[in-house]
This record gives sequence, structure tokens and C-alpha cells, in this order.
Amino acid sequence: MTASPGAMHPAPPVPQPPGATGPSGRFRAARWDWVSTLGTGATGLATVLIIAILGVILGNIIVNGVQFVSWHFITTGTASDMFDVNKAGILPMIVGTSARVILMTIFVLPAGVLTAIYLTEYARTTSKFTRVIRGAVNNLAGVPSIVFGLFGAGFFVRFVGRGMDAALYPGKGVTVWGQPALLWASATLAVMTLPVVIVATEESLRAIPQGLREASLALGATKLETIRKIVLPQAVPGIMTGAILAISRAAGEVAPILFTGAAYFMADLPRSLHDQFMDLGYHVFILSTQSPNVDKTRPLLYATVFVLLALTFALNVVAVFIRANLRKKARQNH
Amino acid sequence: MAHEPTTKRSIGWMGLRRGHRANPFEWLAERVILLVSLTSILMVFLIFVFIGREAWPVAIGRVNTALVQQMRPVSDMNKMTPREFCDYLGLTTAQLASMDRETLKTLMELKIEATKESSQNKDASVNTAQWRYLLGPYQWEGYSRPEFIWQPVSEIHKYNIVPLIIGSLKITVVAMLFAVPLALGAAIYVSQLARPRIRELAKPVIELLAGIPSVVLGFFALIVMASVLQQISGAQSRLNALCAGIALGFAVIPVVFSIAEDALTSVPRSYVQAALALGASQWKAAWQVVLPAALPGVFAAVALGFGRAIGETMVVLMASGNASIVSWSLFDSARTITATIAAELGEVVFGGAHYRILFLIGVLLFIVTFLTNLSAELVLHRLKARMEGKR
Repeated sequence: MTASPGAMHPAPPVPQPPGATGPSGRFRAARWDWVSTLGTGATGLATVLIIAILGVILGNIIVNGVQFVSWHFITTGTASDMFDVNKAGILPMIVGTSARVILMTIFVLPAGVLTAIYLTEYARTTSKFTRVIRGAVNNLAGVPSIVFGLFGAGFFVRFVGRGMDAALYPGKGVTVWGQPALLWASATLAVMTLPVVIVATEESLRAIPQGLREASLALGATKLETIRKIVLPQAVPGIMTGAILAISRAAGEVAPILFTGAAYFMADLPRSLHDQFMDLGYHVFILSTQSPNVDKTRPLLYATVFVLLALTFALNVVAVFIRANLRKKARQNH
Repeated sequence: MAHEPTTKRSIGWMGLRRGHRANPFEWLAERVILLVSLTSILMVFLIFVFIGREAWPVAIGRVNTALVQQMRPVSDMNKMTPREFCDYLGLTTAQLASMDRETLKTLMELKIEATKESSQNKDASVNTAQWRYLLGPYQWEGYSRPEFIWQPVSEIHKYNIVPLIIGSLKITVVAMLFAVPLALGAAIYVSQLARPRIRELAKPVIELLAGIPSVVLGFFALIVMASVLQQISGAQSRLNALCAGIALGFAVIPVVFSIAEDALTSVPRSYVQAALALGASQWKAAWQVVLPAALPGVFAAVALGFGRAIGETMVVLMASGNASIVSWSLFDSARTITATIAAELGEVVFGGAHYRILFLIGVLLFIVTFLTNLSAELVLHRLKARMEGKR
């Protein structure tokens, strides 16, 4: 009625009835454009489907898990039988996971923040050297977690740990540091999460208007003073986001700590840096694959998964929304 | 102004040339920042060196797993070099140095006797840690034809890595086929078609999927999904490549989505506006203008998703069934490279052949992901330069 399919020249701008607008709603399509409708529908469906998958996974764990989580469950040890639904608790795993994550944060935060400062404040963006650092950061982000586990076992445990034993207790042949331990698991995770902290910090540093730095320099502050007193205070939310993301990533990782510190079972809590520890994620793995009776231990399993998810996921939600907010602000600045 | 006080001299690069006062503390602090920023480079280097170090003896064929060796009579003792002693008796140099002739003689006699008593299996004299047995098929005793077999804890240790490579590829392909269309579709919708309000909400929500630990995805696949999928497909084994692949896809979706969405969003808005002005619908602008412009970024997203999929451990360890068989069927269970390392490294002898071969497949994995990431990064770098040039 408006323009025939075979029209040789553009149709004159005739007013259209309301029903004839294209899927965009703003621009008139010449005819019913089923390709556009189909494309929009299919991609929209994909979006909905992904969100539905997320919803199903979370819903399943929350519905099945929350009813078994009790104060007793969180504050008792594994007692005699770690598969016993009525007695077993997860206190040692919560302590172990928290300890390794806190240690990791102590290692990774200074290194990550300083690297980000170098990359944004000092490095010339076009130089070869900067590109090499960036390449290394990106590659580190893509290394599989099990490879970090191998690296931790080969470097930290076998090389550094045994080296320390040889240096600290020469000639005694004792093994104190040269075995899987809390310290080595944390160090391995710190290497793994380094890119997370660097990228988040860099992003927040770049969002700070260049004018602030220039004003500070113009007032006679040195470069380092500018960074310390002007740039860093502004970047704190971004650095926090990086730290939270790193923590939530590390708290759920199991593969890197398999051979660098996690223990199947320990009677006591870890007391020093060279002790092994029990871990929430590893415990989920044990409960779901090693249990003598899967159906019977299911409540225990769901409750443990719920606690793990509550720890990692809650952190992640906070970080993602802070980040979305920061990005919005950064867009407004530019 | 003609001559500067000595404290004001400029000392080198990193911004200090711009006329700042030379302060020893600042100079030191800036050196420290530079040094710390080298950590990432150092770590990538160390990962390569230290995994490679453990795998090296296997790679150059210095490891011998043969149960029966060429026997040497005790009278050969005087002719043998220290190196040959070490290889023959399985000693380290330090151990050898601490032994006297009598001990060595006894060891050699014991070795000969032990060999006489050991099995009559014709494969006992095969060194299974050689490259031809790691990669090629071989007709083992009791098999009717040459086969690829990974069986590190049997009488004859068989270390053929082909079943593991096939397992990894099979599950990765399933994951990619499942995840890439969904993730790209969502990326196009969220970045180009959705209203701003939906966009602001959907993007962080989809990225939340990345916040689910992989051990939880593995748990979900093992406890919930496997049974449902088995009922639908009627597969014989509950845990199979399909189940592991789909669960792995959940881990890949956020990676592909997030990078593809960034790439699509980085296409200048003027492209879309031009297309719309020419009468295209929003879909056509997205599909025929924005997507082709961002294609390198989409490629990088898929490449990084592949790297994530092939390197993921816990999901496949828990959901794939872990049977090392050579089969391309999706309904057979499969054993991947990553799951093999995770399941077996805890139980091997430090420094033994099995230990070293696990590190060797770790090196293989590292090289594959390294190259994947490198190519993705180069492509992204170029795309970024192009988009910024045209803005």
C-alpha cells in the first residue's frame, strides 16, 4: 500500500498508519520486515535464555540449599565423619578458604596496583615495552587454572619451598616448607588474580579526568605527589572493585590449590603458613564425587554449595554493580 | 635562572625530565613501581620455565619406563660411566656418589635377579615414555590391533595422550557450539537492539554468570543436569561429553559475551546513524553494518572463549565421566587433558615418568592457550586502533 517491492525510486514520505512502522518503532520500513523481526526475536531470546540458565542454577541451589544451612552447620568442624549429614559442619573449610584468600589479597594488591600505576601514569602507550607488559598481563589472564596448579607445585612447592628448607635447616633433611601449604596456595592464587586487579585498577585510573593531574602538576606537585594525593584517593573504589573481583574469583577456584595446599581431611585448623588447609570449593568436589552415598549426603552438599556461592557470588554482585556505576560515571566525564 | 641549583637536575626518564625536582625518595619509589610492573612478565616466564623444567626429561627422551632393560653382567662395572650407572640403576648423582663399589655390585646383582622374576609380558621391555608411544598407536599384548591407550596405572604404564586430546577437543567443541550462538546473540541484542534500561540491567546480570565458581557448575552438571540430559537423550553413560560440554558452555558464555559486547559497542555510533538514515531497520544496521565492523573483535571473543573452554578443569573433571577412550560420540564419556592432570597429579611419584608426562601435557595446554590468547590480543589491538582512528 505504501511502496511496492519493485519500486524503482524511493517512496514519497506518505503518512503511514500506526501499524506499518518497522520493529525499530522510529524508522519506517517499506513493508513487513520479517528478517528484522526474526533477528531481533532470536537475539532477544538468546539473552533471555542466558538469564534463565543463571536463574535456574541459582534457584536450584538456593531452594535446595538454604533450608539446611544452620548456625550449627557453619560453626562446627567435620567431626568424625565428613559425610555425616547430622553432625558434619564446615567451619574448617570456611577458615581455610578465608585464610588463603586474605593472604592472597595481601600479595596481589600491592603488585597489581603498582603495575596499573606504571601502565597508566608512567608508561608511554605506544612503546614496545608497554605492549610487552600488557601482553604478559593478558596472557596471564588466559592461562588455565590447572596450569597455575602445576606452576605452584613446580615453582613454589618444589623450587622455593625446598630451597627454603635447604637454606633454613641445612643438613637436617627436614621438610617444612617444601610441601603443599597455605602460603603456596595463596601465592599461586595471587599470580592467578594479578591480571584481575591490574585491569580493574587501570580502568579506574583512566576514568580520572586528566585535568586533575595537570592542575596538581601546575601547582608544583611532583609526579609522585600527584599520584599519591590526587590520583590514588580517587581510584579507591576501582581498586576495591578489583580486590573484590579477585577475591570472588579466587575463593571459588579449586584447580590451582589441588597440589599446592588443599587437604582432603584435617583434624585441626591450620596453625601456620606451612600447614595444609581444608577448602570450601575442594570440599564441594569431595562431597559430590567421593561420597559413599550421594543421595544421603545431598543436603550436606547443597548446603555447602550454598555457603560457597553466598561467599563468592555476593562479592561478585557487589563488584559488578560498583563497576557498572563507575563505567557510567566515566562515560559522563568524557 | 641561568644556572640551576644542583638539586634541580633532571635524572632520567619516567616523567622526571619534565623539570621536576630530583628527590632521592621519589627516584627510588619510581624505580620500585617500574620493577613491580615487571612481575607479570616474570610470572609468564617462570610458568613456562618451571612447567617446562619438570617436563623436559620426557620431551628429550631421558625417561625410561621399561620394566625389563638390557641386562648388563656384573663384570661390566668397570666399563660403565657414572651416567650409565644412574640410568641403569635409577639413582641420582648424589646417591651414586655416596655408594661404594660393593654396594653398587650388590645392586647390580639384585637388579638381574629381580628382572628374571618379573613378568613374561613382551611389552615389559618397551619404554612407554618415548614420543612414538605417547603419540602413535601400538599393538599392546592382548589387543588385536594397534590402539591409542592412556593407562598410567596398569602393569605396563601406557601414556598415549591421543585419547586425552580427543576428549578435550570433543567437549570443547560441544561447549563452543552451545555457548557461541547464545553469547553472540545476546551481545548483539544487548549492545545494539535493547532499550538503554534493559541494556544497563542485562549486561551485569549476564556477566554474573562468570561469578559462579567452576566447581559449582560442575556440581550442578553432576547432580542435576546429568540425570535430566540422560532422560532426554537416552544415553548409556550418565556422565558424558554432551553433559560436560553444555556445563562448560555456561562457563564460556560470559567470556564470549563480554568481549563481543565490548567490541560491538566500540563501533562508532555514527555507523548506525548512517545506516538508519538510509532507511535500514535497527536489526539490519546491527547485522550488516555493526557486526562486520566489529568482526575481528567477535573473532577474538570466540578465541578467548575457546581458550577458557579447553583450559577449564573442575567442570569437566566432575561431569565428563573421565573414561579415556577414543570415541567421537557425544554420548560416550570422555577424559580431558585438564581433568587428567587434576585427577592424577596428586597420586604420582614426584619426579617419576607419570609425573613428568602430566607436566608435559600441561605444557601442551599452556602453549595452546598462549597462542590462542596471543592471536586474540593482536586482533583486538588492531581493531581498537582502527576504531579509534575512525572515531
